[in-house]
Order: sequence, then structure tokens, then C-alpha cells
Amino acid sequence: MNAQSLELALGLAAVLFVIGLAGMIARRSLVFMLLCAEIMLNAAGFAFIIAGARWGRPEGQAMFIFLLVTAAAEVAVGLALILRLSASLSASLSGKLKDLDADEIRSGGA
Amino acid sequence: MNVLLAIAALVAVVSTLAVILQRTAVHALLYLIVSFFALAVAMLALGAAFAAALEVVVYAGAILVLFVFVVMMIGSEGPIPGPGAWIGPALLAIVLLGELAYAFVARPALLAPMAGSAAAAIPPKEVGLALFGPYAICAEIAAFLLLSGLVGAYHLGRRDASPADGGRAGGGPA
Repeated sequence: MNAQSLELALGLAAVLFVIGLAGMIARRSLVFMLLCAEIMLNAAGFAFIIAGARWGRPEGQAMFIFLLVTAAAEVAVGLALILRLSASLSASLSGKLKDLDADEIRSGGA
Repeated sequence: MNVLLAIAALVAVVSTLAVILQRTAVHALLYLIVSFFALAVAMLALGAAFAAALEVVVYAGAILVLFVFVVMMIGSEGPIPGPGAWIGPALLAIVLLGELAYAFVARPALLAPMAGSAAAAIPPKEVGLALFGPYAICAEIAAFLLLSGLVGAYHLGRRDASPADGGRAGGGPA
């Protein structure tokens, strides 16, 4: 791998991570926030791939697989939580949830 | 400069930006699938074919399908998506497809950019040997993590018990 490809790939990973971070900050929907967490995890995994390719070692891809497992478990639990919230509280907007006040959430975020 | 990597990077950045700018979750999911495809092409260009396949199969094929299920169950929050929402992601995906076809047919050397240098493309066999050789304990821990994720998702996703039950099904011994 030449230096230009390395810089380009690492720049791509950094840009994707920043996009995910910006989305996580900007969006108010829980589904979108989980999506942005996925984008950030994916960018980090891509950085592992780049490092593995740079040194010609398989550890980068092995680490990517572990990251994949982490992302899958996180998404399963996170989506179950979102389903639970939207079913019982009808509040999938994180803005209503920021105070963690159960009475306020139940009354519709008044 | 690796042209394959550059085009895939451009598609990835555009589609990921489109993800966080969409109003409806379904459109964002479409663009996110394209973003994962673009990253898979970039991984292929880096010589990580196994990781590229896993990116498509697990990320775009399994994790995003979970998202689609949940969006279908809780309903979309934004305006009703109109027809023609598939055009943008389809165009980006066609760019990726053309890139892949060009790389496979015309210039196979593009897919092994590091063949001449010290670092060659890493075959899946080496990854498997590393995963179940020196890192076998990590694979076991990952299995534990998946199991705990499964149990947690099942427990959280279970419906509430009826009030006559005393709510005992919700959280263990009351």
C-alpha cells in the first residue's frame, strides 16, 4: 500500500466517523442516533482494516469481526429498547426522554 | 493513486452524508446500505476481501434488516415517503457496480494493489487462522457477547404481562 492510498483510506475513515458524530449530535430521533452509532462503529472498523492492510497482518480483519459482533449485539439490545419505549411511552424522540422523568414522559412530554 | 479506492470513498462520503440529512428513517436506511456497499468496495481495494464480504453480509444484510423491521414496527416519523426515493441510492449503487465490474473485468490488478509491495492482500484463510489460533479466547468472548445480546433483546422485547399477573413477567421475581 502506497502512502497516498493509506492517507486516502484513513481520511475516509475519519470523515465517516465525523459524519456519524455530527448526526448523533444533530438528530433527535432514537433510530437515527442508533444509525449514527453504527456509522461511527463502521468507520472505526474500517480503520482497523486499513491498519491490517498497511502491515500485511490478518489481525486487522480479526478485530473488524469482533467489532461486527459488538455492533450486532448493540443493535439488538438498542432496537429492543427503542421498541419498548415506542410501545409503552409512544415517545421515540429522545428530546422527550432527556430528563428521564417518567411522569413527564407518560403525559406526553408536556 | 488507487482509483478504485478513491471512487468508493467518494460514494461512501456522499451516501453517509445523505443518511444524516434524510427526513425519514427508511430513506436513511437505503442510503446507509449504499454507504456500507461503498465501504465494502473500499475494503476490497485494500485487499481485505473477507472483511468486505462480512460488511455486506452482516452489516447490510443483517443489522440493517433489523433496523428496517423496527422502523416498520414503530412507524415512520417524518412525512410519508413518496415514489422515486430509490433513485438516489440506486444511482450510487450503480456507480459502485460499474466500478466493481470494471475492476474485475478490465484490471484485476486493481483488486490486489499491494501485490508488489511488502504487504499483499490478506486471504480469508489467514484471518481464520488468526481468529481461532492466537485469538480463540476473543472469539469465545464474542460468542458470550452475542448470547448476552440475544438474551437481553429477548427480555427487553417481550410484551408486558397483564396487570392481573402482578407484572411479574416484566422483571424476574417480584
